[in-house]
Amino acid sequence: MVDILAESKAFTTVRKDQRERVFKAFKSSDGFYRFITFSAALTILVLLGGVIVSLVIGSLPTFRAFGLDFLVTEAWNPVSDKYGAMAPIYGTLVTSVIAMAIALPVGLGIAIFLSELCPDALKRPIGIAVELLAGIPSIIYGLWGLFILAPFLQAYVQPALISAFAPVPVLSSLFAGPPYGIGLLTASVILSVMILPFITSISRDVFQTVPAVLKEAAYGIGCTKWEVITKVIIPYTTTGVAGGAMLALGRALGETMAVTFVIGNAHRISTSLFAPATTISASIANEFTEAVGDLYTSALISLGLILFVITFIVLALARLLLMRAQAHV
Amino acid sequence: MSTHAATLYARRNRKSKFWLALCYAATGFGLFSLFLILCALFYEGFSGLNMAVFTEMTPPPGSAGGLLNAIVGSLILTFLGVLVGTPLGLLAGTYMAEYGRGSKFTTSVRFLNDILLSAPSIVIGLFIYEIVVAPMGHFSGIAGVFALALLVVPIVTRTTEDMLLLVPRPLTEAASALGMPRSYVITKVTYRAALSGLITGVLLATARISGETAPLLFTALNNQFFSADLNAPLASLPVIIFQFALSPYKDWQRLAWSGALLITLSVLILSIIARVLGTRKIAK
Repeated sequence: MVDILAESKAFTTVRKDQRERVFKAFKSSDGFYRFITFSAALTILVLLGGVIVSLVIGSLPTFRAFGLDFLVTEAWNPVSDKYGAMAPIYGTLVTSVIAMAIALPVGLGIAIFLSELCPDALKRPIGIAVELLAGIPSIIYGLWGLFILAPFLQAYVQPALISAFAPVPVLSSLFAGPPYGIGLLTASVILSVMILPFITSISRDVFQTVPAVLKEAAYGIGCTKWEVITKVIIPYTTTGVAGGAMLALGRALGETMAVTFVIGNAHRISTSLFAPATTISASIANEFTEAVGDLYTSALISLGLILFVITFIVLALARLLLMRAQAHV
Repeated sequence: MSTHAATLYARRNRKSKFWLALCYAATGFGLFSLFLILCALFYEGFSGLNMAVFTEMTPPPGSAGGLLNAIVGSLILTFLGVLVGTPLGLLAGTYMAEYGRGSKFTTSVRFLNDILLSAPSIVIGLFIYEIVVAPMGHFSGIAGVFALALLVVPIVTRTTEDMLLLVPRPLTEAASALGMPRSYVITKVTYRAALSGLITGVLLATARISGETAPLLFTALNNQFFSADLNAPLASLPVIIFQFALSPYKDWQRLAWSGALLITLSVLILSIIARVLGTRKIAK
């Protein structure tokens, strides 16, 4: 009896020791895990900051040499070491705007189809097909654009547009010049196909957040399907749709490979949409490895900085809109 | 009056039908372009695909050859990119979903991570060029690995946070009630419950980087010869496709299509696996 008692007493102290040890181990391991996960989260901020800082440092020589004139100069001459970002900025904005003009109505149309018109059995397969379109790497779009789309546009679409718009005063200069096949328009078409799935999938998701009661009430007072869509669904989801569109615009602005194949890489601004041009990302992709001289490299890095700033603003706006749309739900 | 109302209704109906028809047309356009792209890819890709593609090196202009060095290079780059990027993303996502749930810091990290997620990949390439290639003095496979890893991090962070937040609270609360510290709850309970979701994230990231070209152009560069040396320029499928497609040689262009087919197939397979895992998670 006494033995047992003594044993159990010893046991208690041992157990107490062990408990404290385990507790300490628990505590320190928890602190350690908290610390490394926090550092990882912090690293993301550091990386983003690092991207900005390194681009700014890399582009200092350019801005020292040309000042802010860099932004509004069209000339781009590696031989005489004169650089201006006007042509790539112009190309980037024009291709993205045209791509959005094509992709936004089509993407919304598909989203409306998927959420309001599509029979249930087809919803999943078509939804998956749209996401497949989003998953195809951009270089495949570029390859397709170069070998399939550009020759097609050159042979059939561009000559028709040129002759159709020749007598129209303003539009004739937009659709002028020899049909090269590659150029601003081809790049825009490729871009529009690429960003289509982004617009579609986000719009479809936000369309599905519209309460059925709202739609049913509208149908109940005799609205047609189209009236329900334009007067109930779209007003209810404007913020989300706008967010999705901005996200797609961000993609279009920064897209590199799909554009590089078909833009033609010419540093000039021409009014014709058929003329070869360049975008910021295409210039960097085409010229960076061949850039000799510090100023040339720095000019290309400055282009990267400009692109990053533009897309940062667009994407930040997109996320704010999407966050607001989410809070709204 | 009633005839007026009837014609008005007919007009509204016609208008509705017209616009809805355009929605059908838009869907047709989307599906048709996917169909065209895949058709061209399969037709051109398969017509050039043979054993030599997998067994021979990239050829000099005007002669036949394969893509072996590029395939190996791509596998190395993708594997190491995922290997380097995943732990960071996983840990960051864990902090955001667990320790820092709902805090201001987490909100801002999530916001900036989302921007990094859609930032132009060519800018990431420039960044890696500045901090890795320029100090080293030459292009190298390791720079390519870092560039790809930097693309993996935001994707894995995002999916990790989302997936961990889906784990039912009672499960983790039960574990905490047993006296487990937070780190044990996370590693032994939360991760296990969210495992298929976490794997989905990694697969999606792999799919994303296996077709990435832009950041490799001036980090890993390219290599005409077989090499597995991370300290030297490394060939990769996307960069070879870029170079070969823009060349005037028919042999090279055919190889570019075959390479494109290989990349697309692997991306599609990865996304299908990711989707299957993802839906199984939701079905539970």
